Amino acid sequence: MTDSVVSLQEFLDELRLIENELPSMLETVHETIDLDRVHVHFLGRQSGRFRLVSAWLGRLPQADKPRAGAELNRVKSAVESVLASKSGELATAPASARDDLTLPARHRWLGAKHPVTIVLEEIEAIFRELGFTVALGPEVEREWYNFGALNFPPNHPAMDLHDTLYLEDDVLLRTHTSPVQVRTLQAHTPPIRILAPGNVYRRDFFDASHAPMFTQLEGLAVDEGITFVDFKATLAHFADRFFGRTKTRFRPSYFPFTEPSAEMDVECRNCGGAGCVVCKSTGWMEIMGCGMVHPSVIEAAGHDSERYTGWAFGMGPGRVAMLRYGIPDIRILYDSDVRFLEQFAE
Amino acid sequence: MNASYAWLKSFVPFPHSPAELRDLLTARAATVDDVVPLRADLETIVVGLVVEAAAHPDSDHLHVTKVDAGTGELLDVVCGAPNVRAGSKYPFAGVGTTLPGGLTLERRKIRGQWSNGMLCSARELQLGDEHDGILELDTDAAPGTPFLHAYPAGDTRLVIDVLPNRPDLLSHVGVAREIAAATRLPMSRELPVALTASVPAAVRVAARGTTGGVSVRLDDAAGCPRYMGVVIRGVRVAPSPAWLTDRLVAVGSRAINNIVDVTNYVMHESGQPMHAFDVAKLAGPALVIRRARDGETIVTLDGVSRALRTDTTVIADAEHAQAIAGVMGGSTSEVSDATTDLLLEVAHFDPASVRRARVALGLATDASYRFERYVDIENAAHVLERTAQLIVALAGGRIDGEPVDVYPDPRAPRHVPLRVARVERLLGVAVAARDIKELLTAVGFAFAAGDGVALEVTVPAWRSDVIGEIDLIEEVARLRGYESFPDDLRPFRVGTSPDAPRASLERAVRTRLVAAGLLETRSMPFVAGADEGFVRVANPLAANEGYLRREVLDTLARRAEYNLARMQRNVRLFEIGATFAPSGSAMPVEEVHVAALVMGARRPPHFTEQSPPAFDAWDAKALAEELLDAMRIADASLVPGDGDVLWNVRRAGEHIGGVSRVTLDAPVWAAPAFGIEIRLAAVDSSPVAPAGAHAPAATSAAPTRAAIAYRALPTTPSSEIDVALLVPSNLPAAMVEETIRAAAGGLLESLVVVDEYHGDGVPAGFRSIAWRLTFRDPARTLQSKEIAGRREKILRTLEKEHNVRQRSS
Repeated sequence: MTDSVVSLQEFLDELRLIENELPSMLETVHETIDLDRVHVHFLGRQSGRFRLVSAWLGRLPQADKPRAGAELNRVKSAVESVLASKSGELATAPASARDDLTLPARHRWLGAKHPVTIVLEEIEAIFRELGFTVALGPEVEREWYNFGALNFPPNHPAMDLHDTLYLEDDVLLRTHTSPVQVRTLQAHTPPIRILAPGNVYRRDFFDASHAPMFTQLEGLAVDEGITFVDFKATLAHFADRFFGRTKTRFRPSYFPFTEPSAEMDVECRNCGGAGCVVCKSTGWMEIMGCGMVHPSVIEAAGHDSERYTGWAFGMGPGRVAMLRYGIPDIRILYDSDVRFLEQFAE
Repeated sequence: MNASYAWLKSFVPFPHSPAELRDLLTARAATVDDVVPLRADLETIVVGLVVEAAAHPDSDHLHVTKVDAGTGELLDVVCGAPNVRAGSKYPFAGVGTTLPGGLTLERRKIRGQWSNGMLCSARELQLGDEHDGILELDTDAAPGTPFLHAYPAGDTRLVIDVLPNRPDLLSHVGVAREIAAATRLPMSRELPVALTASVPAAVRVAARGTTGGVSVRLDDAAGCPRYMGVVIRGVRVAPSPAWLTDRLVAVGSRAINNIVDVTNYVMHESGQPMHAFDVAKLAGPALVIRRARDGETIVTLDGVSRALRTDTTVIADAEHAQAIAGVMGGSTSEVSDATTDLLLEVAHFDPASVRRARVALGLATDASYRFERYVDIENAAHVLERTAQLIVALAGGRIDGEPVDVYPDPRAPRHVPLRVARVERLLGVAVAARDIKELLTAVGFAFAAGDGVALEVTVPAWRSDVIGEIDLIEEVARLRGYESFPDDLRPFRVGTSPDAPRASLERAVRTRLVAAGLLETRSMPFVAGADEGFVRVANPLAANEGYLRREVLDTLARRAEYNLARMQRNVRLFEIGATFAPSGSAMPVEEVHVAALVMGARRPPHFTEQSPPAFDAWDAKALAEELLDAMRIADASLVPGDGDVLWNVRRAGEHIGGVSRVTLDAPVWAAPAFGIEIRLAAVDSSPVAPAGAHAPAATSAAPTRAAIAYRALPTTPSSEIDVALLVPSNLPAAMVEETIRAAAGGLLESLVVVDEYHGDGVPAGFRSIAWRLTFRDPARTLQSKEIAGRREKILRTLEKEHNVRQRSS
């Protein structure tokens, strides 16, 4: 089409052409999305058929304009009303009996991390913000890494707290992740801030609250000038982040490889600190054992304990997972029932 | 350690309730695990206020009262006690309450007047014999308050978790010392009876001596660094008085007779276990502290005959072992009702020796528990005097001469230097020398004159755990209270040790498998195993878990069976875990593997299909390839295997994993199971450096994942051709592909199998495989005759090398 004059007949022919396109285009409409396409074709603001044809009005002889305009409006409103009624039809009725859209979708199996992994990763994320990296070590260890370097006195009742599975004399399944403290201190120079997740073993019979293997998470910070205040503050900060704002309580405890030693409690998650059966009316829940690294551990790894100080903790993410998800029996974590594991899809 | 609240309170006049005392001890000394009221039978009794008291209309001794028991209404109660007065408070048992005697109260009429409960006398509550009237309470407690909160009725047991470093807390004196220090109250050692007998000063000897006609010889000073004895003659063995048996019951001990009970009592008071021998039963009469002889046996107090090892210390008479040192006495010389003359033993046995004997005999007692942890060697003389006095006070008799004290090598006091500046460097808060002295003195430490910079601290003999400066700093922190240190997060330096490479590898693999719809397990590595090829646990928990797994699939298979047993047929599990293989040396070869097991439906059921397709070998192969991809291993190949092994995963000539059919103990309806196992990383369990040394900055040889390399997207069109070939059944498709790639040249972008077909039109011994070849030149558009030329070349080469021809359509 040139910019020349348009005759009334040409204009009316174009309108008829548009009107005749409608039925065949409607045949392609099965869903709302198809209707949208047709709507744009006819009534689009940029290049819809009516938008283009109405541009011709200005090129008609002056006398023909009223008739042409009236005809344009008639055809346009006819198309609009057909599209509107089609739209209503689509909204209220299924397109056909075969496509009952209330039927269920076709899913894939969901994968999931183990709940203990989920807890580990969440704790790891908080400590990463505090400058920690991840360290790993072997599960089979020598006595020196598991006990000797960690200041366990030989033939002492402290050993009773670690009922040990042995492979050979001097070779054992580690009873805690603390050997990774020693390995890391031997392999690196402070500042050291590590988290060491891993499996540990105890000669405990498998029951509702004990397992002969469980996951532990160790933390260690060693540098010049680290104090008991840093220790308390960092762990209290962690508890705040992990549990939501919470009070913490540090009480005296004993581990051969930390001194001063402590247990950290948070307000009972069940009663909020008021006292209940879960917390034996104390209002507190034990979360981790911790303390300042014993100077003899720093010396055992070949560093000067006068120069370097530090703190460490060990906690059981399995126990935390049980608390958080309300899992009543530790064995459920090991059973690996797919119906249990599926619940932790993220 | 069970402690009696009343006993502690008799030593220190603290105002704390049992729950408050629990919190105080937990904060300052040792965690109190439990608080057990021993008169739980009085828990339903409340404080009742008599508002009105009038004479009963039909009785000359009964009263009709109105009682406020906190219920919001006044109760009519008939009371027969002469001392009932309006305005006074008494213990009140309402309707439905069961009294200690077993009587449950009901609403009833007494001489025509309703009575809704009972005001109680001391005897009715089993609080004494007083029954002349009801128990008037001198209390501010509101009506309805539990009686036990308003009246010191019954004792409360505190169950204290005493850790191995604090044997001094295994006694009421030790716990009371901590309470006195924390409350700044004085401490005494009150007893309910007066001690009047005088005990002569003991005679100290190095190896042998005599007391009361009994000779005592110490042959094993290593097993028994100190042995004290005293003879008491003419005792009358009888039951103990109530105050003593009450206290023993409160700590969970059983009353036997006054002699045994006194030794138990003083043990719970002081922490020192003791033993009493019947002098009449001792051959000699003599006691010899020596090692057990080869083949020697003893019948212990529990009636069991026990064979002794020659490294066990015994207390023998002139002929036989009469007690296992620090563990248990023998039945021959046991104190009986007929005993009149006894020898009281107060000894210090070597902790490690007692521990060895206890483990060897499998016999743990209150005594062995304490001796293993250390009993204050300097306290023996005091304990001997007090126990002898208490025996004479309760059982009569007289002390026969000077006690003997065999103490060849007396303990020297321990002095530990403490730098005031070091306290601040470790605790982060300055503590003045004066405050340090005050805190430590309160629990028995002593100070030589010091300059305020370095202190010289003398450790009390009962604190075997305090050896170095750090132990004193812990004492300062503990006694000051951990809660007194601020929780300010102060500046810190970030760690400089890099992430373990294996950690990121595990994360990548886990993410990939979770995205593939698999479920992570974290199971134990114990398997049934066999001596050959498996690492054995020397002291396993169960015979069928005596070995460590070589493959993670081994444990995943058991987990799959667990699911099948619970009718879960669609199993898709994975685990990232350690495996262990014998190495020929004591340390096994430890590796971390990733394994997956899939069986059953590939996706959940849906109405659009009859049943979803089941996992098959191709799914398993895909998982293996995806794992290798997640690990960024490009140079591994899956080589067809034999039997249940479908593919071996090989890399640089090394076996790094496999894909297999997994045989399960499975019901008939179970689908076939497929397993994938791939080695993620070797674990280095060798020492990093010798003890006491460090060896920094050896770069880790552990695997790291290669970085992703970006490839520019194509700007030129590709050309595709399909070729359908007749491939002999025994010619692997991979070999054909290799030939196609070689002949196609560098412009071949991809090569994909689109069809495999047997049947009509395909001769026997052959199959038809169709490949789609995609060519692209990144710089220009390929011309159709170039493609045709390559096609010809490929077909010619295939015919020449493998005698493979195109399938004629």
